[in-house]
Amino acid sequence: MPDTAIDFRGLKKRLGRKEVLRGLDLEVRRGECLVIVGRSGTGKSVLLKHVVGLMRPDEGEVRVNGVEVETLAEKDLLELRRSMGMLFQGGALFDSMSVGENVGLPLREHTSMPEPQVEIVVGEKLSLVGLEGTEEMRTSSLSGGMKKRAALARSLVLNPKIMLYDEPTTGLDPITSDLINRLIKRLQRRLGMTSIAVTHDMRSAYHIGDRIAMLHEGRIHAMGTPEEIQATTDPAVRQFIEGSAEGPLLPT
Amino acid sequence: MSDSATETERPTWPEKFLLGWLEDVGEVFLLLGDTLRGIPAALARPKLVIAQMAHIGVGSMPLTVIVALFTGAVAAVQASYQFRDYVPMLYLGTVIGKSVLIELGPVLTALVVGGRVGASIAAELGTMRVTEQVDAMETMGISPVRFLVVPRFLAAITMLPALTIFADVVAILGGFLVATLTLDVPAHTFVSGLKLYFKTQDVISGLIKAFFFGGIIAMMGCYYGLKSEGGAEGVGIATTQAVVASCLLILIVDYILASFLFRVIFA
Repeated sequence: MPDTAIDFRGLKKRLGRKEVLRGLDLEVRRGECLVIVGRSGTGKSVLLKHVVGLMRPDEGEVRVNGVEVETLAEKDLLELRRSMGMLFQGGALFDSMSVGENVGLPLREHTSMPEPQVEIVVGEKLSLVGLEGTEEMRTSSLSGGMKKRAALARSLVLNPKIMLYDEPTTGLDPITSDLINRLIKRLQRRLGMTSIAVTHDMRSAYHIGDRIAMLHEGRIHAMGTPEEIQATTDPAVRQFIEGSAEGPLLPT
Repeated sequence: MSDSATETERPTWPEKFLLGWLEDVGEVFLLLGDTLRGIPAALARPKLVIAQMAHIGVGSMPLTVIVALFTGAVAAVQASYQFRDYVPMLYLGTVIGKSVLIELGPVLTALVVGGRVGASIAAELGTMRVTEQVDAMETMGISPVRFLVVPRFLAAITMLPALTIFADVVAILGGFLVATLTLDVPAHTFVSGLKLYFKTQDVISGLIKAFFFGGIIAMMGCYYGLKSEGGAEGVGIATTQAVVASCLLILIVDYILASFLFRVIFA
């Protein structure tokens, strides 16, 4: 197995008139948690969607375990997706199903696991994220933090090798944010997954990231460990991490 | 680069409209192809199909029955007014039976179900699209076509003919009640007229139409729903587009099928 789990090479993507990604190069090492930070609208979520093949690059390529995602046939792409988990910004729980049905769906769809065992695994995953006993609840009755945690349980149910987190703490209160950060960190340690998290929450980035990359003007502007990023003198990075309106980054 | 060169590259609005329309047609046929290919897999797990059959079929029954009842009643009043002094009332049952079975039953059922079900499918799938539920499904390796589109398609193509049978019976009953209770047409006269030129092919042609109308309603709802973007406004636009496209296509396909069935098959 190569040391690089996910490799972006010269990635370009245009959405409408806006060139969101402009030749982005980035390597994600196996087993690390890479946090991509950047302002809203800089293409962080777009980057993640390329990894699972929800978006196709205009130019360049995305390789997962050495295989170019764009060249995969539908069947192989579905296979690849089953080895990944993705936590969406709003949770993206299916509101026509209960929490338990949501979490168990990948098992019911992709495995021949008998129903009693599915229920056991669903219970285990829910307790992993601190939501034991919520199987019968409707997703509409969950709080924002609970939705994120239930969605996390669902994305973990097939034991993915790669986890993608899209704004895992956005919209949550500081205490719930910290809970989610600890959960991600704990899962990372326990399951040894390769993870990419995109966020603009620097507190979360420092907490969960082995490395932090800053996306700016369609490319990786800076990259380093949390300590290196905190100590950087780059004016754009400093402005972003300090959350200042004054500096080279203009209002969008 | 001169300005004139840029001008020639930019499509004019009729070109844009035509290109957009052709793109929609192409995408609908691609979705239909994927849907047909997904049928065997969906039939292996019929739970989703049965749930949609209940929603589309059973859920539409009250509306269908009310529309059919009044359609038959109005048909009786209108026909008796036009027959007065010219045509014997024996033919009241004949004309109500024929018009309901061939045209009014399938088309009005499809239009009201198209409004109710087409809008609900587009709104549901549109909301799932803009809240990333469809993306989540794809990320899990679950095909949204197999999971969302195929069950709705199968339910619609089976439930529309079933609803049409109910609509036919109720509309004729409506016509019968109005004719016998308010127009002084004897019951046996109405029934004799109904039987007079009855042909099984009238019922079959109505059910064939309903089958196609069901497919149109499901495909338009799913296509515009899955295509929606941009939050609540996008879902609203998708819902409107689905209902408008369903209604237009139902009427256009009705003409095409009528021409084909009565000029070629049953000629």
